[in-house]
Amino acid sequence: MTGDPNCSQDNLQDIRLGHADRGFVGKIIRLDALVTGSSLSPQELEQRLVEMGFVEGARVEILHEGTIRRDPIAVRVDNITIALRRSEAMAVIVE
Amino acid sequence: MTTASLRLALVGAPNTGKTSLFNRLTGSSQKVANYPGVTVERKSGGFVTPEGRSVTVLDLPGTYSLRGRSPDEEITRDIVLGRFDGEAVPDLVLCVADATNLRLTLRLVLELKRVGRPMMLVLNMIDIAKRRGVTIDLDRMSQELGLPIVTAVAVRKGGVDELLQRTDEFLARSHEATASEWATPTIADLKAAQREADRIIAAAVTLPTKPDTLTNRIDSVVLHPVWGLVILAVILFVMFQAVFTWAQPAMELLSDGFSALGQLIHDLLPESWSLLQSFLQNGLISGVGSVIVFLPQIIIIFLFILLLEDFGYMARAAFLMDRIMGGAGLHGRAFIPLLSSFACAIPGIMATRVIDNRRDRLTTILIAPLMTCSARIPVYTLIISAFVPATSLWGFVNLQGLVMFGLYAAGITSALTVSAIAKFFLWRDHAPAPFMLELPDYKVPRLRSIAIGVLNRAKMFLYRAGTTILSMMVLIWFLASFPTAPAGAEGPAINYSFAAMIGHALEPLLRPIGFNWQIAVALIPGMAAREVAVAALGTVYSIEGGKEAAEQIGQVLAQKWTLATALSMLVWYIFAPQCASTLAVIRRETGGAKWMVVTFLYMLALAYAASFLTFNLAQALGLH
Repeated sequence: MTGDPNCSQDNLQDIRLGHADRGFVGKIIRLDALVTGSSLSPQELEQRLVEMGFVEGARVEILHEGTIRRDPIAVRVDNITIALRRSEAMAVIVE
Repeated sequence: MTTASLRLALVGAPNTGKTSLFNRLTGSSQKVANYPGVTVERKSGGFVTPEGRSVTVLDLPGTYSLRGRSPDEEITRDIVLGRFDGEAVPDLVLCVADATNLRLTLRLVLELKRVGRPMMLVLNMIDIAKRRGVTIDLDRMSQELGLPIVTAVAVRKGGVDELLQRTDEFLARSHEATASEWATPTIADLKAAQREADRIIAAAVTLPTKPDTLTNRIDSVVLHPVWGLVILAVILFVMFQAVFTWAQPAMELLSDGFSALGQLIHDLLPESWSLLQSFLQNGLISGVGSVIVFLPQIIIIFLFILLLEDFGYMARAAFLMDRIMGGAGLHGRAFIPLLSSFACAIPGIMATRVIDNRRDRLTTILIAPLMTCSARIPVYTLIISAFVPATSLWGFVNLQGLVMFGLYAAGITSALTVSAIAKFFLWRDHAPAPFMLELPDYKVPRLRSIAIGVLNRAKMFLYRAGTTILSMMVLIWFLASFPTAPAGAEGPAINYSFAAMIGHALEPLLRPIGFNWQIAVALIPGMAAREVAVAALGTVYSIEGGKEAAEQIGQVLAQKWTLATALSMLVWYIFAPQCASTLAVIRRETGGAKWMVVTFLYMLALAYAASFLTFNLAQALGLH
């Protein structure tokens, strides 16, 4: 994962979903696609995340992790499950 | 309005059961073609409503929004918007939603509404939703959305009765499309639409207090970092053992049937018509028969692929393979196209359209032909059964199956290696494309849908056997029979034919890899389709050796080839670009001849080098 963001977190409660471990349960506070390791432009990444249901207020839970470097992750977003890489999950700020 | 047939379009997000609804509505009256100018599959069909109105249905590619990020999604957008040349605007848009999972579809519904076409929302899989304790206030939802809603169970007989009835009611009234207000949504639009969708769900849907835990329980094993990979390997292994062993009885039956038919024709015709006798028995029946024999295996491989897809496992396989394939420079989504390439590289290459990054897509297209397609099975099985004993190892592993597994493994390994090399040399500065995929809940596979899918594939294969392969067989029979041997000539007649001339001309080039001129002859028609090479070998050898040989090509090969030649031939077939239609599809999909030429040359070079190594190594080891 390149371009690992140096956690510009607003307060201690906020975590990037890409850093969270399996079993993490939280709520989406906002999307911040400016500093991620994703190859997509921030705007495109944000659009795709929204299309997959990652919107403010949604409940998220990390259900599964991949074999290599615990990547990708399977995230329960409200009542659907989305698989994505940690580099893209960095854009999702959760608490 | 009742005279012209109603045009209905199915739109929906992936995994909503859109295809099974399409299958339920149209049954076997389906036509699969391509949209003009692009290679997106156009699936259409028809049905007649209870009141006798005829309806044509178009199954549009699945999409989460009308933004059109891939060629497939652009088709959906353009047809719905009425912008697609040569395709009429649908009279009625049916938006298909999974009743157990409305979030993403409702946002799409809100977006579609802006287009202003007459529309109906179909809540599919309503039975599963009820069983899970999801209650939906249909009146409320219909009122909130401002759309008629019907429920459906596409997988059950009678499950679309309400939909048919409502289609009739719709037809009885006249409908005006309103002007389209659709514009490419911004992030703010998307978020607002999602919030609106969530609000409607909160107002009209009561979710069960206990969520579905079965999918979660299955996933905790199937997506387990270690067990998940073990299960994936076992599934693939079982699949290939099945292709080899389950198909055997049916294949023997077909093979016996064709040789009996050939003999019957031979006996029916008077001896003086020997040319026609030879054409029908050796050219036509044994040629086409030796290809159709592989139908059972093709059915089994597609049965596995479609079952796994319907069950919901394919997305899990992509999840498990993403990082592993990422190491080789591939996208997790490439897994499904590559897996389809095990059946045939053509649908596999066409399936790469789900990869929206061009470079990831090109890499996948480049290596898809290295996946062992079903057309290689005839060649592999023929050579393996002739040269590898059917002994069993450790009591349960069939040695022939093991060799087959090894050939598949060699194909996969080389594909990953080529991909890694391509990534390194062609696009070094290329960052990996994102991997984002919905993992649908597991579902009991819908057997009727799968049956239709398998049937369509079998038809495609038989069609190929009946056209391309048939004409190639006639050609090779001609090449092998003319000019006829001069009177009083010594040796078999084929030694005087065109085929021998071509074969002898190519032989010096192929001698270093252990191929004789008969193989050289068979490789030429094998360019049309790999499996033709088997029939061609049969023709070449049966005409040379008399009619008994035609029944047992394998026995003949075992006598005429050394083990080194057989191994070299197997290795050749792992790599060789022996399929004109695959090359044509690559040309079409990449929009030019460049990548087709690249594919052809790199595969040819690999095949020659690998066969050269294999043959010389085998000879050095004394395998004659």
